[in-house]
Amino acid sequence: MKNDVPQMHTITKVIQENPTMRTLVFDCDYEVVPGQFVNMWIPRLDEKPFSVAYADGKELHLTIADVGPFSHEATQLEVGDKAGLRGPYGKGFWFQPNQKIAMVGGGFGSAPLHFTALHAVEAGCEIDFIIGARREDLLIYRERVEKLKGATLHVSTDDGSVGHKGYNVQILEKLVEEGKKYDTIMTCGPEVMMAAVANLAEKHKIDAQISLERYMKCGFGLCGQCVVDPTGDTSCTKGPVVSLEYIRKVDEFGKYHRDALGKKHEW
Amino acid sequence: MDTSVNYLGVSFPNPLVLCSGYLGVTASTWDNVAKRGAGGITTKSIWLKEHKGHANPVIICNDDYMVNAVGIPDAGIEKAKVEIEEYRKRDNGSPLIVNIIGGKADDFVAITEAINELKPQLIEVNMSCPNVEDEHGKPFATDCPRAADLTKRLKSVTDVPLIIKLSPNVEDIQAVAKAVVEAGADGITAINTYGPGLVIDIDTAQPVLANKFGGVSGPGIRPLAVKKVFDIYDCVDAPIIGMGGMTSGRDAIEMMMAGATLVGIGSALYYRGEDAFKIVLDEMVEWCEANGVQSFNEIIGKTHEVLKNEK
Repeated sequence: MKNDVPQMHTITKVIQENPTMRTLVFDCDYEVVPGQFVNMWIPRLDEKPFSVAYADGKELHLTIADVGPFSHEATQLEVGDKAGLRGPYGKGFWFQPNQKIAMVGGGFGSAPLHFTALHAVEAGCEIDFIIGARREDLLIYRERVEKLKGATLHVSTDDGSVGHKGYNVQILEKLVEEGKKYDTIMTCGPEVMMAAVANLAEKHKIDAQISLERYMKCGFGLCGQCVVDPTGDTSCTKGPVVSLEYIRKVDEFGKYHRDALGKKHEW
Repeated sequence: MDTSVNYLGVSFPNPLVLCSGYLGVTASTWDNVAKRGAGGITTKSIWLKEHKGHANPVIICNDDYMVNAVGIPDAGIEKAKVEIEEYRKRDNGSPLIVNIIGGKADDFVAITEAINELKPQLIEVNMSCPNVEDEHGKPFATDCPRAADLTKRLKSVTDVPLIIKLSPNVEDIQAVAKAVVEAGADGITAINTYGPGLVIDIDTAQPVLANKFGGVSGPGIRPLAVKKVFDIYDCVDAPIIGMGGMTSGRDAIEMMMAGATLVGIGSALYYRGEDAFKIVLDEMVEWCEANGVQSFNEIIGKTHEVLKNEK
């Protein structure tokens, strides 16, 4: 049965990830492919799409940064509060058992990648998990990845407060140039970063998967708000996770995106 | 079979057109939908100036219904010009129906003048949206004299065939149809959404749509939409674009038998998926071939003919 009306779910736990990010744990039975998203609704305020940070059929996690009016309210919610959810929507990351995978996450992009990594190591994959942030206290999911058997953590910070001083893509580049072989590279984070990852993957002829983020309203391919040029596909149904081959058809990738009115804005 | 249909002198490769409001933000999307089988594309309603839509949620749906209050977000005429020009370049054979909207009558006239300069093949006037009432008052299409006056003014500023999109939320849709056709409307689109309707989340007692209320569409309104088109066909000569919960080939044929020349596809994108146009058209062709119908023209208004012969 189709049902795309948001339903209220109770928050059972709240995890403070860093000064501005919290993970809300919902009592929710969704079966989610890592990389898929859900829409979270706060009545009378707004509804926004979020990549799922974890789901196991019993609980569902959303890691949210306090960056705007909606996310500010969302990060004020406490255990026992309720919020609406619908989904999961879109297409997630894909892998085969025993693959070698590089994951490149920027900001809260690390959350869905960590969820993907949990499934991938279960299937015998080996992962280089590369995360970057402006400074140490903004890094999230670091401890979780460190604990993950089968995954090796690499860290970069813009200010060098921990790990490599510079960008996470530079770590990936170094690993590849040192001879590391990957079956696929998965990336989620700011588009400029993902564009750099895509270029690197292309240069070294490595497969890549990109989590494309566009302004979304409905989340299931009707409103047309999240379409990309020149394919005209809705990124909510074609993606959010798309292949390197597909992203090369999306001229606007790394260049511009559209706002709620459909107007173009450069990154 | 030859699936093409002529509507107001414009040839459509098949009678299924994208309803205004769905997927209509960019030329790339219009082209994408055309390549997925749409015989024609209707743009989202274009305003002269930027217009903000409502906060989310804007569309909610399930097996039973679809309710929306997107609030017609749009960047205005300058973006529309770029997109319409780009769509022309794609040259995919599916005509573009440019849908326009305004607040006051003067705004409708101004956007019609601006769109007229681009010489699109057809203009559809959205004077029946139930979701911007708070801002702009009751839609023109719910009042015969206002609908007729506006139509007359718009006709005087364009020579592009003008289609008026009607509201089902009126006592007598025939009276409105007659009024706008007498005022110069070349075609009729019927119907816009029903309602508005209300969906309440019982856990919070809150309306789910940010706008609280929204237009109702989907399969549930189908018999109501078919009756409206049937009634309009009976009273005016203007050709009709019929829509309202059309999700299968049988539905589309039913709508044509009621009197529609073109059939709008909207909620079917939810119920049948993104290839709804191809699926519905294939079903239509299959039915026609099994029933000895060689052209869709044979079935337009067929039920009227059958009832007339009964008398």
